[in-house]
Amino acid sequence: MLVFQPWKSWTTIIVCVLGVLLALPNLASRATLDKLPSWLPKNQISLGLDLQGGVHLLLEVDLASVTTEQLNNSLDALRTQLIKEKIGYTSLTVDKQQILVTLRDPADAAKLPPLVHTVDADLTVTTQPNGIVTIGFSPQAQTARQTDAVERSINVVRKRIDELGTREPTIAREGADRILVQVPGYDDPEKLKDLIGKTAKLTFQMVDPTGDVEEAQKGHVPPGDELVPAEQSGPKQLNQAFYLLRKRVIVDGGDLLTANFTFRDNEPVIVFKFNASGARRFGDATTQNVGKLFAIVLDGHVLSAPVIREPILGGTGEISGSFTSESAQNLALLLRAGALPAPLTILEQSAVGPDLGADSIRAGTTACVVAVGLVAVFMVLFYGLFGIYADIALFFNLALLIAALSLLGATLTLPGIAGIALTLGMAVDANVLVNERIREEVRMGRTMISAIDAGFTRAYATILDANFTHLIAGGCLFMLGSGPVKGFAVTLCLGILTSLFTTIMVSRLFVIWWLRRRPKLLPI
Amino acid sequence: MRPVFVFLQVPPHLPFFKLHRLGLALSIFLTIASGVLLATRGLNYGIDFKGGIVMEVKSSTGPVDLEAMRSTLDGLKLGEVALQTFGAPDDVLIRLPRQPGGDDAQNKGAALVRQTLGDKYEFRRTDIVGPKVGGEQIQAGALATLLAMVLIAGYVAFRFEWQFGIGAIVSTFHDVITTLGLFSLLQLEFNLTTLAAILTIAGYSINDTVVIYDRVRETLRKYKVMELPKIVDLALNETLSRTVLTSSVTALAVLALLLFGGEVIRGFSAAMLWGIVIGTYSSLFIAAPLLLYIRPRRSGEILAPSQTMIAK
Repeated sequence: MLVFQPWKSWTTIIVCVLGVLLALPNLASRATLDKLPSWLPKNQISLGLDLQGGVHLLLEVDLASVTTEQLNNSLDALRTQLIKEKIGYTSLTVDKQQILVTLRDPADAAKLPPLVHTVDADLTVTTQPNGIVTIGFSPQAQTARQTDAVERSINVVRKRIDELGTREPTIAREGADRILVQVPGYDDPEKLKDLIGKTAKLTFQMVDPTGDVEEAQKGHVPPGDELVPAEQSGPKQLNQAFYLLRKRVIVDGGDLLTANFTFRDNEPVIVFKFNASGARRFGDATTQNVGKLFAIVLDGHVLSAPVIREPILGGTGEISGSFTSESAQNLALLLRAGALPAPLTILEQSAVGPDLGADSIRAGTTACVVAVGLVAVFMVLFYGLFGIYADIALFFNLALLIAALSLLGATLTLPGIAGIALTLGMAVDANVLVNERIREEVRMGRTMISAIDAGFTRAYATILDANFTHLIAGGCLFMLGSGPVKGFAVTLCLGILTSLFTTIMVSRLFVIWWLRRRPKLLPI
Repeated sequence: MRPVFVFLQVPPHLPFFKLHRLGLALSIFLTIASGVLLATRGLNYGIDFKGGIVMEVKSSTGPVDLEAMRSTLDGLKLGEVALQTFGAPDDVLIRLPRQPGGDDAQNKGAALVRQTLGDKYEFRRTDIVGPKVGGEQIQAGALATLLAMVLIAGYVAFRFEWQFGIGAIVSTFHDVITTLGLFSLLQLEFNLTTLAAILTIAGYSINDTVVIYDRVRETLRKYKVMELPKIVDLALNETLSRTVLTSSVTALAVLALLLFGGEVIRGFSAAMLWGIVIGTYSSLFIAAPLLLYIRPRRSGEILAPSQTMIAK
């Protein structure tokens, strides 16, 4: 135990020096680091949102609505097909995750599968014993579509947040249907939620000129129409509280090329431009419907319902009406970023102002420094020279822990700082074990060298077992982990590993060096 | 350089065996009391677990008049508003219960408070947790704690004997449940950070227990004919200086956290400090004496029958 091959000594020394070098960048500011030559280590520990301030949101994509909407689209196509093939039905509806069809002649059920497949190849047809035919997506197809919807949602959220111009937002998928959004250094959670919470589904639809809104409000909506409320929140009210619109969408937000906000006659408006296919469809529709009303619908509310005075062929247009300059600006941003494929629900929010973060860093650092100081003084008081060796090991332990956190790009949170203070307190346990053991061996009558050797050897099995069980608890904490607590688990586990290295290698190395000077008296 | 203090130069002869019934009785009482408290009073769950809104606001116009703020916020009809100064008189923690009506309702409630309090306050922190996530986190937390206890017991059983594994899981369970009991008794807020503290306590306590078990095993091998109570007493006394010193040094580090770490981790530090006390106690008075009852196998005991066979 007390013989260290030279390569082991050198490895220990090199690891310690590397640890200090890799930990050093954390003491410098980012600006100083950027000026240094590129070959120097520059990784810093990234600070969690609780330390640097920022907004954290956990969003859930409404996957059920993704499927329902896709089924609704298929339903329209299917209806057309059924009429074309002259297959009679008494009802055709979407019920949650499937389409239900009741056929006039149950024998027609056999004709359905090929028909359904022309509408969408992923749909499967099942005939129930009671004659009702259910049409739904196969489980694989449904999962694939939902995954796609989550991915698209992430892209849209990213585009919207990028428009804010903040640096390094994190937007990541979590689990099957959740999106984690972290925007460091941003402290207006309400604005962020406004931005992310809106689906921003924009459609252009014709107003049914013959429809009776009052009858529709009583529940008699003509087939192919829908009743849509007018937007109430703006400064200007529309003529009607409800509009009866054709369900068929002429153009939607997906066909927008650009959308910008400007002023026209001192009134905020949004100027937009369609892509080629959107422009053509919009041109055709306006040519056929001169003199009639069309409606611009956003997230289920009519924004405006202007009269078509002449065909609009250039593919550009304006939305005016109930805007404040801020809401127009926001809407233009949302339209540029595109619509979300499904509504998002905010499950969890955490916003920390930059001042609180700075206070937390200060408090955490003070606590750590005081903790290390107390532990170091304690060790010297109780173990003399060997206590100093333990303190040197403690210093390298701290350096290695910071280096490991920097290298791994781990996120340091306030509980993480607590974890550092705690690990450093517990790390010296190994030194306590070794030193107490040496004393004991001396009492049993061993010579100094033999006692030191036995002390290290016997204490190691104990140290390994004790640390391994501790690591198990840390691992479970990591798995449970969310945000700051996960950060704590990471520092705890890494701290256990680095402390194993420093107490086994570093403090032993110092004792071996000390023994080379042929001391006569045990200093503990 | 010589040490200034030497703690227990010679191991003491504390009669742990004589005291162990007292210890076990106390622990059984504490465990049952904690169980009863948890069943009747329950835990004061923070928003991490039950959902709700917590805001930390700092007034820009000096100390906050809590009564005025309370009546303003009560006017919003958002349920029972709890206010508490947080470290300084101009710093207030506002807690709102989970708003009825799902995840969106939470956001509306928080937005309303923000509007009402307006520009006179700096919003230092806003945490909102909807009902869905809260429920999941209780489950995940309970699962992690159980998993940690089982894995630790499994490891100890693997490295020692199964009897030691039982001792480890019983003493860890004791530490976890009495800590929960303390939180229930004092109605301290129980949140994710507290849960982290409890798992850390489990880890710390088992660390202590393993050191003592290790010594029991060693003593068992060394004195093959010594009675088990004497062996446990010897092992506990011989490791006592280490037990006390390690606990003190860890407690020093935690004390630094408690005094200087700020309000946010105060609950965590308090739980840890308690955990060091209960963890050390349980290693001495639960984990070790339990071995007297579940008697680990001794090498002498296996040898005995085979020797008689040879004798025949």
